[in-house]
Order: sequence, then structure tokens, then C-alpha cells
Amino acid sequence: MVPLCYCRFLDRLQLRELKDSLIIFCTDVFSAMLIRATGQNLRLAYLFSLESLDLVKQIEVSEILSSGDIAALIYLWNPFTIVACVGLSTSPVENMAVILCLYGACSRLIPLAAFGWVIATHLSLYPAILIIPVIFLLGCGPDAPPRKLFLQRHQQEEVLNQSKLPLGFSWRPIIHFAFWALLWSVYVLVLCGISLKQFGGIWEMFKSTYGFILTVEDLSPNIGVLWYFFAEVFDFFRNFFLIVFHVNIIFMILPLAIRLCHRPCFLAFVYIAIFSMLKSYPSVGDSALYLGLLGWFVNELADMQFSFFLFCGYFGVSLLSPVMHNLWIWRGTGNANFYFATAMVYACLQIILVVEGVSAMLNHDRKLRNLTTGKPRDAKS
Amino acid sequence: MKKAKKQEEEFNEELLLKPLPDRKVLAHFHFRSSASLSTSNGGHHHLFPKAISQLVQKFRVKEMELSFTQGRWNYESWGGFDPIPSSNAKPPGVELWAVFDVPQHQIDASWQNLTHTLSGLFCASINFLESTTTYSAPEWSFPPASGNLRYGTLPREAVCTENLTPWLKLLPCRDKAGIAVLLDRPSIYRGFYHSQRLHLTSTGSGSEGMVSGIILEQTLTVVLQPNSQRAGMAYASERHIQPSWSLTSIFGKQVSGTCVLAKSSNVYLLLDRGLVAELEHLHKENEKSAENGFTSQNFWTKPSFELSADPDRIFIEENSLHSKGSSVLYKFQVEKYSESEPFDLSLTWKIPVVWLSQQAPLHASRFLMGSGNERGAIAISLKSTQLSEGFMGANADDERCDLQVNVFQVVPWYVKVYFHSLQVFVNQQPKAISDIIEKIHVSPSKDKVSPGVMEMVLKLPCKVNSAALTIEFDKGFLHIDEYPPDANQGFDIPSAIISFPNFHASMIFLKDDSVNKSPLLSKFQEKSPVMSYTEALLVPLTTPDFSMPYNVITITCTVFALYFGSLLNVLRRRVAEEERFLKEKAAKKTGRLSLLLSKLSAKLRGRQWEPPSSPPASSSFINAKLVFKVILVAGLAVGWQYFFS
Repeated sequence: MVPLCYCRFLDRLQLRELKDSLIIFCTDVFSAMLIRATGQNLRLAYLFSLESLDLVKQIEVSEILSSGDIAALIYLWNPFTIVACVGLSTSPVENMAVILCLYGACSRLIPLAAFGWVIATHLSLYPAILIIPVIFLLGCGPDAPPRKLFLQRHQQEEVLNQSKLPLGFSWRPIIHFAFWALLWSVYVLVLCGISLKQFGGIWEMFKSTYGFILTVEDLSPNIGVLWYFFAEVFDFFRNFFLIVFHVNIIFMILPLAIRLCHRPCFLAFVYIAIFSMLKSYPSVGDSALYLGLLGWFVNELADMQFSFFLFCGYFGVSLLSPVMHNLWIWRGTGNANFYFATAMVYACLQIILVVEGVSAMLNHDRKLRNLTTGKPRDAKS
Repeated sequence: MKKAKKQEEEFNEELLLKPLPDRKVLAHFHFRSSASLSTSNGGHHHLFPKAISQLVQKFRVKEMELSFTQGRWNYESWGGFDPIPSSNAKPPGVELWAVFDVPQHQIDASWQNLTHTLSGLFCASINFLESTTTYSAPEWSFPPASGNLRYGTLPREAVCTENLTPWLKLLPCRDKAGIAVLLDRPSIYRGFYHSQRLHLTSTGSGSEGMVSGIILEQTLTVVLQPNSQRAGMAYASERHIQPSWSLTSIFGKQVSGTCVLAKSSNVYLLLDRGLVAELEHLHKENEKSAENGFTSQNFWTKPSFELSADPDRIFIEENSLHSKGSSVLYKFQVEKYSESEPFDLSLTWKIPVVWLSQQAPLHASRFLMGSGNERGAIAISLKSTQLSEGFMGANADDERCDLQVNVFQVVPWYVKVYFHSLQVFVNQQPKAISDIIEKIHVSPSKDKVSPGVMEMVLKLPCKVNSAALTIEFDKGFLHIDEYPPDANQGFDIPSAIISFPNFHASMIFLKDDSVNKSPLLSKFQEKSPVMSYTEALLVPLTTPDFSMPYNVITITCTVFALYFGSLLNVLRRRVAEEERFLKEKAAKKTGRLSLLLSKLSAKLRGRQWEPPSSPPASSSFINAKLVFKVILVAGLAVGWQYFFS
């Protein structure tokens, strides 16, 4: 399930010598701790914004477990995480880089955020688009209801309490971030250049890592749908569909960024979910990451639709998919289509999760706005 | 004809017949033409095929060998030590290797052109060897080792008469006269093994690269089952008697004269070492039982078999190396026979004989391990042949005795071999790789670019009973276009080549100078290492469903459209506005006509409100936004067209 390029690049053999099972286990635990810390950060921000909107009484926030704890527990107890860890996949390492980036951005450790972003991009390319949520996080702080809402609220009360108003967009941390990102990427590239000197240099590395990701060359079955698609598609359409599928990721960046700019962490979650669904070589480790991050938003997404259906779907697919794989590959009694069908269902489930998640979050904002203005009928855009 | 020979152009035809232990007969046709390449005749030749000389000159081929084989050489019963199996037993399908005399960067281009030329010449799909995924460049383990060597095989190639006909065309007499008359298609292709080979050697005159001479050897090796002529006699001992045969009974034809263009035209009958030793033994026993005083008589003057024609000459192998005995060769000159008195050699056994052929030091076989279509392992097992123990033991006394084995193995890229998983077992005990493998060269495969090549030198102790190499692999997944038409049959992995550089397959008949004149016998005298090919492996690969590319494309695209559409819809939707719209709709629910009217009036008002500069023809539908959109799209289209034209 692990994309081959990482095996080639990180050199699975070397890792194995280093007792990698322990390393990957520790990586997972460390990721969970970072998720928890970030979740607590987010929770504080959420409570603060509720307080500043005087909505603490209307919105019930679960008191037993904070969202950070829930997210960390989901991440650690998710069967997908356990499978990825037991299978000695390298995806926990990539996940940790992504989480490191978000953690750094949330707690305003700009060098750490830049480091996480550079490493995550270096390892699997797709986290490059996380730069947008990171910029929003650094520019205007963690998730909060739209800024307009605060302004409306304070206009109503006719007391402009500056301390309760969230900060405006500030460019300073972003310039810092850009500087650090540049520094780290130069550092990483120089290190790669030195170590790959006799293997064709840095250009060869780009070709056989990013090139390998972008042109879906390896057609081994994974839980995504692209492998079968590119195994079956006619050769002269191949480039066209490669462009279409990658543009599918890029096209959604801007609309999501416009609608969810006040919730950068949720934006990051949606981006992660989208690229782990559409990436060339998806694995269960990627799903483990976004399912874990879903725990951050338990309060906001409390009235998400289809959540039971989704749970059942994920459960069913994760049971059926290995069975179909076994039938097709090992026993030879099944057909490729059996396995592809489960992959298809899985893709649909992920789509529903993303769409319903975004919809629930937007509805939550609407609810907050209605509660703030107090006149749901007249609330217009 | 005598004038032609002045040009140093020569053609020799020879046929070697050899009874095999398992009641079969080996027939080995050997045709050799040589020519000196000079431009004096304008590139024309008297005997030598022009196509070949052009090919040699064009691609600067130093040495080349092409073989078409059907069936598998049975090393265990047909022997593996003689010159015949080690240079004529070939892997099934097509094997081609060539050494070029061109600079390093031009070799691949020369190879690709050569494959296409040969493909045209021999009506075979040799052009499939053009792709870089099918050929490799062995560094040192392939016997004619050289940096300019390219090696490729097509195990799946079916070999039949359409490959034989162009091959025969290269002979000056084709199959109309001489020994080649025997090549009757039905009887050849009925055989158990059939391998036609073409070997080219060009002797370059040095720096300017002009080729001075070419030697073309064409051999055809067939193993046939003679029809038992005495089937009626069925007493017990008869079953052990080897079947008697004649040229007419195995080929259905007889030689009625030489090819007039041939310098020499000979037929040989070879009795190999094992058979001779057995006959000698029987002969001695007979003498003992008869208590005959004349011990000086050798068995070949009073043989236990009968030949229909008297041999012109008898050669006895002079060989001190092998204690086993020496082989005996009967020579028949075809020149003595004519149309009226055709040459039809027949051999009739009188007493039952059982013997064994001489084996290569180790018998190599290769097989697959594991089940399922995800991964597996290739194992090469080397088993000591009991027969050869004798002379290996003789060497063992010297000092620390080692048996050197070269292994050359090419695997296609879709069999992704993990070279780190190589394991060595000697006498069924796992051994450290560094103890056994003296030298290894590995070039890993690149997906869709080049095959994986593994070359190894093994140093095994002489007293080894069995050795095995295992290496694990993952099976790749291909695009549907890359599968052959019968994908479920599986994919062939070319044979591995096992060679024993310390053992030389040669037979030296030092009777007199006449041996040197015979190309076949001088070929036997060459010291070439003993070589054997393993079986070609058939690896089943997972197949996708070939029948539904459309379904996969449409379903996948539908799912992606679902994602794109529904996510965009969620992002775009405004709940409050929707409510207002519904309210308005409910208020105006007076009828369709009134709704239309109100819309129309609104539009009319809109037009009146518009600035008068807008053209009147373009009614209300055109507003600034729409115009802008149309221009944008048109601009994009023009840009696209411009960019791609």
C-alpha cells in the first residue's frame, strides 16, 4: 500500500535495520500528542469566540472530553492507523510532518510550521497546498466564526470592544513563514543534492519522486481508484486524464479557501481529505490522518448528516476490501472488478464525508450568525 | 565451380548422427560458408548469401548468433557435456546475441536496426527485441563476454517452417541437393527437439573497421524418434534393444549426391563415450564367455551393431582427461554416392545396450515458489550429476577444490526482483552469500525501461551434492495494452544460463590433418565452456478485466463529477437566499402565464433601461457580463488553437 517512491527514497531497508517498528510507533504517539495540543488550542479559540459572541449558553460544548483528546484518541485507536503502523508503512512519518506543520502554525511557532510544511511537501508533494491554511492560520489566528459576525454583533451592542474582536490579517508572520520555508527548503535540497550526487543529482530525484507521483506509473492495486483507471484507460487519453485528476484537486482550492478562510484548521482538514482521496497512490495511512483530524471539530460538526451511514460504510469497506483483494490476487477466484468496486465505494464515502463536513461547517456558521443577530428570518447574506 | 573456390569462398555441408540413450536419434546438420569480403566484385559473392554480408557490413557485426528452438533439450538423458549440447542446446523460442564493432553509444541503435533486419530476413518477430525492456548487456557472465554484447530472448516465439525456409535460402543449394535434401518438414517438426541456429563471425582487419572475412555457420539440431522397424518381434530382451534406424526411416528421404557447390560433404556417426565404454565392456564379456584368444580385436571391427554402408574412416577420440573412455566417429563421404546409388545409412542393433550420456558437472533447473499473484520467488537448483563425480573427484585431491559456476539471469521488469533477498543453500544448508558468491553484478530493472540483470560467479565446493539460489520478487501490474493476447496463460521469464568455465566441452580427434579440414570436427576441438540453459518460467500475472475499460472510465469519471459538483454546490448554496426565492415563488404562484408576463415585462424594462449604444438586434439577453464571458471563452479558444497549431 505504501507508494513505491517512498520505499525507494526513504530506503525501507535502512529503516528496517533501525528497528523501524519502534520508530513508527513512536511517530504515531508523537503525532497524537501534537494533535491533542493543537486540539486544545483550537478549543480555547472556539470557547473564546463563543464568549465574545455571548453564545456560551446557546451552544453546548461537550465537557467530558475536549476535542483535542477526542482527536488524539481517534487517531491512535483508528484501525487504519494501527494497520499502517503494523504494516511498517512510511505514512505515519508523512502524517507527522503534516501535523507538525499545523501544530506549528496553530501555536505560532513559525520555524516549526515551515519545517513541517517543507518536509511534508518533500515527502509526498500533495501537502504543498496546505500553505493556504497555514497562511490563514498565521495571518488571522485559529478557527473562529466569520469576522463580519463580530462586527455585526458589536454594532448591535454599539460598544466596540476591541479586546473581544479577533485580530485582523497581519502580514508579518507570513513573511516570517516564507523566509523560514525558503530556508528549510534550500537546506533540504542541498542535503539531497549532496547525498544524491552520484545518482544523477537533484533533477533525477525530482523526476523519480514527484514525477512518479504525478504520472501514475505504478499500477499496483491500492485503495484508490486511479490505479485501475490508468490500467484500463486508452493510452492516448492518459495525459488528458492525468491533467483532469490533478486539476480536480487544484480547482477546489480557491472556492474552499474563499468560503472557509475564517476556519483555517478546518480548511486544512478538507484539503487533507481531498488530496488523500484524489492522490495517485492513496493508502489507509492517509485516511487515518484526516479521520483523526476530524476529531478537532466534534462540536462544530455535531449535526453532520449521514454520520451513521458513513461510519457503517467505512466499516464495511474496510472489511470487504481485504476480502476482495484476497479473492482476486491470492485465490484467483475473484475478479479485479470486485476489488475495484470496494475502492469505488470507498471513494464515494470519502466524497460524502468531505461534502457533508463542509456543508455542516457552513451550516454551523449560519446557525451562529442567526443566534448572534437573533433574527433568523431577516438574516440575509 | 573450381574457379569460385579461388575467391576463398567455401561451403561445407556435414551431418552428424548420434544414437541417444533414450531410443532417440540426434541429427545435427552443420553448414558452413565463408567468404572474404572484398569490394572487387562489387559486393557480390558466388556462394555466400549477400543479405548476410550486407548485414555484417552495415551494422559492423563482429559476432552474432540467432537461434530458433522448439522443445527443450533434455540434459539428463541427452547429455550436457559434449560440444553439441553446450553450443547447440538453446532456450525455447528465439535467442539472439550480437557483438558489435562500433563505439559504445551506437551499440543500441545498431542492435535495434539489426533486430529489424533479422526480423525481415527470417519471418519472425525478432523486432520485439528492439524495445529496451527485452534485451540486456551482460558484462562478463555470458561466455563471449565483451562490452559490446547485447543479448535478448523471446521465449514465446513459435518456431515453424516459415522460419526454416528463409534459413535454407542462405544455403547455396537450398534443400534441392546435398545433405539438406534430408530436411523434410513433416519429419523434422515431428521431432522432440528442434533448434536451428545461425552463427556469424567476422574477422575484422583492424582499425579502419573494414570486414575482411565472414564465416557463417548454420546448424540444425533435431532429436527424432525412429520408428521401430521390428515391432513385430516381441520377446522380452527385444525391449532393451535400441531401435534400428536408417536415414529413410527417420527423414523419409535419402541423400542422392552432394551439393556440387560444396567443398566437402560428409556424414558422421558419433558413438559417445558412455556408449563406447558400454560396448567395450560387452565385447570383453563376450570374449570371456566365448573364451576366445583373439583379444586384439576391437569391438568396432566386430561390432554389436551393423551399418549398411562401410565407413570411409574411423576416428577415435584422443582424450586423456576423461577416464570414461573415448568416443568413436565413423565418417562417410557422400561424394561416393550418386543418384543411382543413393546414400542411405542404416544402423541395426544386434544386442541390447543401455548407457548414459555424459552430464554437465551440475544439473541446473529453475522453478517458481510461492502462490498467489502478488509475490513469489525464483529458485535455481543445481544438482550434482552422479556420473561426473569421478573426474571431479580426481580434481578434488589437488588442493582446496572449487567448482566455479557462472549464472546469468535476465528478468523482465514486471517481475520486480528484490536482490537483497538472495539466499544460497548448499547441501540444503543456508550459507552466507559472501562465502559462496565470489562475484556478483546486478542491474535492477526500471519500470517499462529495462529488465533486471543478475550475473553471478559461484564458488561451490567440489563435493557439493546440491546447491540452490532463491530470490524473491513482486509481480507487477501492467496496462491492458501491455498484456499479450492470451494474458491468462502467463508471462515467460527467459532461461537462465549456467556455465562452467573450468570445464571445456571439446572432442579432439587427432587422427591426421584431415580433421582440420572438416569444419564440424574442428568446431568440436574448440575449447568452449560447458553451458546449459534452464527452463523458461511461466509466471502468471494478475489480469484486470479486459472487457470493461469503458465502464471503468465512465464510472470513475461519474464519481469525480459527483465530488466536484456536490462540493461546489455546497459551497455556492446560500440558505437564506433560497428561502427568499421560494417565498417569492410561492407569492407569485398565480399561474405560469402571469409569471412569464412578469418576467417579460421585467426584461423589457431592463432593455429600456440599458444604454442606447447596445445594438437593438441583440435584444435583452446581451449584457456586459455575458459579452465579457463570450469574449473570454473565445479568447481562450483562440489561444488554445494558436498554442497547439
